[in-house]
Amino acid sequence: MHDAPGGPAAAVPAGAAAEAPAGTAPQVPAAGGWIGRSLRRAEDRYLLTGRGSFVGDHEPRGTLHLVLVRSYVASATIEAIDASAALRQPGVAAVITAADLAGVAPLRGVLARPEFVATDMPVLAAGRVRHVGEPIAAVLADSAYTAEDAAELVGVSYGELPAVAGVADALAAGAAAVHEAAPDNVLVDVTPASSPGLDDIFTSAAHVVEVEASTARITAAPLEGRACVAAFDERTGQVVLQTSTQVPHTVRTAVALSLGMDEHQVRVISPDVGGGFGQKCVVAREEVLAAAVARLLRRTVKWVEDRREGLTSGFQAREQFYHVRGAFDATGHLLGLDADIRCDVGAYSCYPVTCGVEVLMAANELPGPYRLQVYRARSRGIATNKTPIAPYRGVSRPQAVLAMERLMDEAGRVTGLGAVEVRDRNLVDAQEFPYRNVMGASYDAGTYRESLARCAELLGHGSWHGVQARALAEGRLLGLGLACFVEPTAYGTASFGMRKMTIVPGYERATVRMDPSGSVIMMVGTHSHGQGHATSYAQIAADALGIDPGRIRLRQGDTELVPHGWGTFASRSIVAGGGAIARASADLAGQLRAIAAHLIEAAPGDMELADGRAQVRGDPATSVPIDELARTAHHAAHLLPDGLGRGLEATAAFDPEGTFSNATHGAIVEVSPETGGVRLVRYVVVEDCGVMINPMIVDGQVAGGVAQGIGAALFEELCFDESGQPVSGSFVDYLLPTAADLPDFEIHHLCTPTPRTPTGSKGMGEGGTIGAPAAVLNAVNDALAQVGASVGRIPVRPADVVAAIAEAASRDPADSRRKTQ
Amino acid sequence: MKPAPFTYHRARSAEEAVSLLAELGDDAKLLAGGQSLVAMMNFRLARPAALVDISRLAELRYVRVHDGELRIGALALHRDLERLAGPGVLAEFGMLRRAARYIGHYAIRAAGTFGGSIAHADPAAEWCMAAMLFDAQIVAHGPGGDRVIPAASFFKGFLETALRPDEMIIEVRLPAPRPGAAICEFARRHGDFAIVAVAAAVDSEGGACRDARVVLGGVAGTVQRAVGAEAALIGSGLDADAIAAAAERAAAETDPPGDIHGSAEYRRHLVQVLTARAIGEAATYA
Repeated sequence: MHDAPGGPAAAVPAGAAAEAPAGTAPQVPAAGGWIGRSLRRAEDRYLLTGRGSFVGDHEPRGTLHLVLVRSYVASATIEAIDASAALRQPGVAAVITAADLAGVAPLRGVLARPEFVATDMPVLAAGRVRHVGEPIAAVLADSAYTAEDAAELVGVSYGELPAVAGVADALAAGAAAVHEAAPDNVLVDVTPASSPGLDDIFTSAAHVVEVEASTARITAAPLEGRACVAAFDERTGQVVLQTSTQVPHTVRTAVALSLGMDEHQVRVISPDVGGGFGQKCVVAREEVLAAAVARLLRRTVKWVEDRREGLTSGFQAREQFYHVRGAFDATGHLLGLDADIRCDVGAYSCYPVTCGVEVLMAANELPGPYRLQVYRARSRGIATNKTPIAPYRGVSRPQAVLAMERLMDEAGRVTGLGAVEVRDRNLVDAQEFPYRNVMGASYDAGTYRESLARCAELLGHGSWHGVQARALAEGRLLGLGLACFVEPTAYGTASFGMRKMTIVPGYERATVRMDPSGSVIMMVGTHSHGQGHATSYAQIAADALGIDPGRIRLRQGDTELVPHGWGTFASRSIVAGGGAIARASADLAGQLRAIAAHLIEAAPGDMELADGRAQVRGDPATSVPIDELARTAHHAAHLLPDGLGRGLEATAAFDPEGTFSNATHGAIVEVSPETGGVRLVRYVVVEDCGVMINPMIVDGQVAGGVAQGIGAALFEELCFDESGQPVSGSFVDYLLPTAADLPDFEIHHLCTPTPRTPTGSKGMGEGGTIGAPAAVLNAVNDALAQVGASVGRIPVRPADVVAAIAEAASRDPADSRRKTQ
Repeated sequence: MKPAPFTYHRARSAEEAVSLLAELGDDAKLLAGGQSLVAMMNFRLARPAALVDISRLAELRYVRVHDGELRIGALALHRDLERLAGPGVLAEFGMLRRAARYIGHYAIRAAGTFGGSIAHADPAAEWCMAAMLFDAQIVAHGPGGDRVIPAASFFKGFLETALRPDEMIIEVRLPAPRPGAAICEFARRHGDFAIVAVAAAVDSEGGACRDARVVLGGVAGTVQRAVGAEAALIGSGLDADAIAAAAERAAAETDPPGDIHGSAEYRRHLVQVLTARAIGEAATYA
């Protein structure tokens, strides 16, 4: 359901227009009218009919299959590796260990700041393993079956060491150190905000509200697992690595660094990618390993992760613990916020974003959409003997929003204002944009209060108490939960630079080239792994060039062919990649107008491009087909003055300053007091991401994100035993939500075009995931509040609900409504 | 997740399957729908040296009534029970149709077999519970011919049955109808193996319960009868108090294990909740 008032071309609101930053005047394209249309995705015909091309589909003759011998203990020294039995197997070509990779440097993600301890992640474990699933040896054989059989025969002698399986273990006095460089197991310890006067505010505040919230370790589990095919090209001396990644150029940098090669000696190709969700926006050691082995053996090497490897060794995420206090005045206004955040980052730091990625974002973005100028936060990244973490869609926002929205619900109860009113009083108002938050971020205009009001109305908030009371009378526990959030997206180099990473992403560069027949190819460094860029980008270019998007193709995922870029993550592509394409297309359109003007002897400034033709504005008699211009520019360039034609191509870069989408999510749940089961009754999203290039794709992004957020809220959890052994190694035990477990999502849009991007669009790829955990948990707690119970951890397991109800029933009924944890 | 090496043999008859089993020895396994076995092989949790594929034995795929008993061929698919039809059969064995809907997803129900599920003996499997509920007679075919094993002595332990290595199930007989039978389950997601499942059957005359059967799934190494609960029901009026008392007995007489999906305590709680529900529903059909 779409109800963008005035449509996507609506005028920029006064607040936003007033902001107008240098260089990017608000430019809401309307010319060809392709932007804003729900075109069917150009990719779907081949993706949905099994004609895609994924890494696993590639197997050149003579390929060796790589299977990894992985640690089955969480912490140990490696005393010896005996590969003799494996090497005797027919079909086994080699068994590679760290000793064979002496010249291959470990991956080392670094934040250049004193609160960070840098650690190495070796490509293969060298003498020491720090988590179950850590790769120790690579078996190469002529088939994946032979390699897996032989991998079982590789004998590894472990000297077992005590493991730290969780944050509490890791911080306990006398705990074993995961890394010698961090004897206290703290790899990051930041206090990014420490406003003076905070303690006084808490002392004198009318209400101090305190909540705890925690979130289980989960993983992205993309449909396509990780996979690599690496080859050595004797002609060029290049390592050619095909890999399922979101960030081809970053993989190239990491492989080149690790193998001691120049970047041009490494070519990274990423064909179709079946989902990444952040897990593939960092560099996996298996990618470096495949490249190193291909170079070492001069053979093509193929590794395709299986699901068990994916669930135990693939990057994980989200295991965080929040203790948050809010000081409110008597009228429910938030005066100060104080947070202590701990993140279980696992055993290693991922490259290039490091294990600080969740830690920093959690503290930096906790204040969210609320007006707040007094803030203190400490956030720590704690090493444990578990699989390393990496970004996962939303990174720390789902957890930070969970904590903040729990706080708001509790404030609504304590102040008597209720969930909607207390939020409304604290959300940044339309008049205040651009709003500089306590961390220094500048929010462009949004619809924070409007989205809340709309979502509450759609859920029937006004009559909710009656609905809830009637259900209760029938023994049914219904709950309504809300979550408001701001979604910072499309950071440019300035924002990323503040993190102090050694490589700083942010810009994007695009080349748009018209061929002699008048069709267009766009080349860009973002990398769609399911987002439909080929469709959305074509809509942007089509409007600028006045041609049909069906004649515009996207080339991506090959470091040899596309401009240097940063790939697709952090909801950046439609802003950074789309912005670069909009700029390059505008340049190319200018060239077409100049050529047309020359041919018909008019002024270039009078020319317009539309419906595949160039003409003097408003004069169809002068019209020339754009195809004819393209032919002339290439095949009859002698007719054009120097400087026109001789090819048709433009390249432009865009380095965004960051955009801020916003949304309110709302859920209605029914909780069974008997089984503890939670059933989702309704799920409503009211979001604002500015101009929607393709509203259907926006809806798809929201829906997929909400499904993942509900997975985190109710189902997904990677469990480990006290020795660090993973115990959810298959989809029998790692519960992804299925269609049968999800309600229809009701998705509504508001539209505040941003002046900060060429298209007026904001990034929006993560919002679904960000809002859902908080909306669902708040709904569960709204239901449970009727029996004096609450839960503070996700996923909300049925057993937790039953236990919380039993615990509430055993308490003195007089204080049963005050408990928050 | 590739299976360890094995040899593959396709049987053209039950006779041939049994003789292949005898010939190949203890490390041979029958392959029917493969819905549990193949996954276990891919995890290398099962490492049979040989597979004897019986999935093409079409003569073993049937569900029919014979002299008042329901005879289910070993290769009847879950889907076949889900589509159980005919007014008489539905009234008498309708619980099977309702139970089938709890089994996995469509693709699993279209491939997995009744006999395979019984032979696999998962303690939360609907068909193993049904076998106990209906006092099934399991017909095993071996080198010496057929023998009939009552369900009560068939399930020996976790994934362990009374079948000998050279025997195969060819048919399962449900000797008596149980119109008043129901199954209730709780799983975290639709289609998962239940955390706890309870099947109940009651038979009442003049308002008094004459016979009762309560079978629990997911609470021990095998499916289990809750005999205390059954005893509490017999002679009762199947009223709310009697059902609650039986459910309490069922919870008290189980000692379930805990795992990541539910502690022992939570499972015991679910036994009580689901036993009451299953008995209540069964009474509505009786």
